[in-house]
Amino acid sequence: MERTRETKSQELIRRLKYNKSAVFGLAIVVILILCAIFANFIAPNSPTPSPPELFKALKPGFWSEDGIEEMPLGADGLGRCVLSRILYGARVSLTAGFVAVGIAMILGITFGTIAGYYGGWVDAVVMRIVDIMFAFPALLLAIVIVTVLGQGLDKAMIAIGIVYTPQMARIIRSSVLYIKEMEYIEVQKAIGSSDARIIFRHVLPNSIAPVIVYGTLMLATAILDCAALGFLGLGAQPPIPEWGAMLSKSYSYIVSGAWWAATFPGIAILLSVIGLNLLGDGLRDILDPRLKT
Amino acid sequence: MKWYITKRLLMLIPVLLGVSILAFSLIRLAPGDPAVTIAGEHASPQVINSIREKYGLDKPLTTQYWIWLKQVLRGDLGRSIVSNEYVAKEILERFPNTIELTLVSMIFAITIGCIAGIISASRQYSVFDYSFMGLAIFGVSMPVFWLGIMLMMIFGVYLRWLPISGRISMMISFQRITGFYLLDSLITGNFAAFISSLRYLILPSVALSTIPMATIARVTRSSMLEVLRQDFIRTERAKGLPERMVIYKHAVRNAMIPVITVIGLNFGLLLAGAILTETVFSWPGIGRYVVNAVNMRDYPVVQGCVLFFASMFVIVNLLTDIVYVYIDPRIHYG
Repeated sequence: MERTRETKSQELIRRLKYNKSAVFGLAIVVILILCAIFANFIAPNSPTPSPPELFKALKPGFWSEDGIEEMPLGADGLGRCVLSRILYGARVSLTAGFVAVGIAMILGITFGTIAGYYGGWVDAVVMRIVDIMFAFPALLLAIVIVTVLGQGLDKAMIAIGIVYTPQMARIIRSSVLYIKEMEYIEVQKAIGSSDARIIFRHVLPNSIAPVIVYGTLMLATAILDCAALGFLGLGAQPPIPEWGAMLSKSYSYIVSGAWWAATFPGIAILLSVIGLNLLGDGLRDILDPRLKT
Repeated sequence: MKWYITKRLLMLIPVLLGVSILAFSLIRLAPGDPAVTIAGEHASPQVINSIREKYGLDKPLTTQYWIWLKQVLRGDLGRSIVSNEYVAKEILERFPNTIELTLVSMIFAITIGCIAGIISASRQYSVFDYSFMGLAIFGVSMPVFWLGIMLMMIFGVYLRWLPISGRISMMISFQRITGFYLLDSLITGNFAAFISSLRYLILPSVALSTIPMATIARVTRSSMLEVLRQDFIRTERAKGLPERMVIYKHAVRNAMIPVITVIGLNFGLLLAGAILTETVFSWPGIGRYVVNAVNMRDYPVVQGCVLFFASMFVIVNLLTDIVYVYIDPRIHYG
C-alpha cells in the first residue's frame, strides 16, 4: 500500500474544504483579489476620467431607463462610473490593508520575539509600551498619528500599521514564551546554537500559525479602519477611488434621491470584511483549535 | 479585594502617564513652532509670546512636560484655536451627548445581543441559531458609517419616520440643567422636547449598537454552550427540572461572566465607533468635535480629546476588571 505523507499546507487545504463558511470567505477574498489585479481590464470606464464628464453626474444605473448603459451601477456626483471606481477601489483597499498589516507584522514580530525570548527588563519595557497603546481605542490612535503625520492614504496605512503593532506583538510574545520552553529549543541551546539561529530557524517558524490567523482577521479590520479614515477625510484624498472616501463624498446626495453612489461602495467594504472574517475564523478553527469560540 | 483594587489603581498610573506623554508629544511632533501650533497660524505675536511664556517653551522638554502636566491636572487643557473657548469647557459641554448616545446603544446591544445568544445556544443548529449567527457575522463586519448612511436613507429620506441629523428639533427650546437632553427634558417636564430628542437619538444609536450587539451575541452563545455541557446542568435535567428553569435560572447566570468582560471591552470600542456615527449624523458629541479639530488642525482640541478619551477608556477597562472579580468567585485576587 502506498501512502504519501501530506505536507502541512496540503493538510490545511483538506481541512479547510470541510469548513463551508471558510470556503465561502475564501471565495470572496479570491474574487476581491482578482478584481484588484484585473481592475483595468474589467472596469467599463476610467475611475478618474479627464476631462470630468459632469453632464453624467448622478445618472442612475441599470435599474432605471434614464441610466447610461456603460455605467451599470450609475454615476457619482462628478459623473464618474461607480462600478469602475469600486473595482479600482479594491486595489486601493487591499493594498492599504496588506501594507498596514505588513507593517504591524514586521514591528510586532520583532518586538514580540525580543520581549518573549529575552524576557527580563526588555520584556517589561516592551509590554508597558504595549499597555499604553492599548489605552487608546484603535481608531482614535490612528487619528492621532494621522494628525501628526498629515492626511493621505500612505500616512493612513502607516498609522493603522502602528496601531495594530501591539496586538501582533502580544500574540507573538505569548507564542514565543510557549515555544521557548520546549525541549527541542533546550537541545539547540545545549549544542551551542546562537540566539539568532534558534529564533529564525526554530522559534519563528513554529509561531507562524497565529500570525496567519490573526493576520487574516487583522486584514479585515485594517480595510475597515482604512475606509473609516477615508470617510473622515483623513485617509485617501480625492480623486483616489477609495471606498471610504467615495462614501463621504456621496452621502449628501441621498437626500436628493441618488442612493447608488453611497450604497455600493459600502457593500464592497462589507463583503470584503465578511470574506476575510469568515476565512480568518475558519483558519483559526483549523490552526489553533484552543481558541475556537 | 481591597488589595486587588489598590494594585489595579496603582498600575493605572504608569499607563496614564504614558497616555499624557503621548498627548504632550502630539503638539511637539507637529511640524513648525509649538507656540504657533498651540496659538494658531493667525495669532498675533503678543498671543504667541504669552503662550511661549505660559508653557515655558524656551525651557528643556522635561520641564515643558512638567509645566503642561500641572496645568492639565488643574483642568486647564488650553484654548481652542478655532473658537478661542477653553477646551475643557467645550469637552464637558459635548460629553453628555456622547454618553447618551453610547449608553442607549449599549442598552440595545446588551438586550438584543444576549437574547439572541441565549436563544441560539439553547437551540443549537436550529434555524434561529443559523440566522442569528449569520446576522452576527454581518454585524461584526459592518462599516458603522455606511450602516448609518443606509439607516438615514431608509428611515429618514424615504420613509420619513425619523429625523436624519442633529440632536433635537430647532423649533424646540428648553432649559438645560445637566446637559443630558433626555434627562433635562424629563426633569423640566417638557415632553415635546423629550420625544424630539428621543427621535433624534434612535438612528445613531441603532447604527452604533450593531458591532457590540453582534459580538455580545456570539460570546453569549459560545459561553452558554460551554455551560450547558457541564455536569451540574446534566444533573438538573436528570432531576427533572424544566428546560426553561435550567436555561434561565442556572445556565444564564453562569454564562454571563465572560459576557460582562466583552461588554466592558466593547464600551471602549463604542467610544471609537461614536467618532464615526457622530460624524454621519452631525451629532454634537466629542467624536465629531475631535474629527473637526483634526481637519481644522486645532491641535489643543485634539490633544484634550485624546487625553479625555484615553482616560475614559482606561477607567472603563478598570471597572470591568473589578466587576469581573466581584461576580466570579473563582477568580483569585491578591
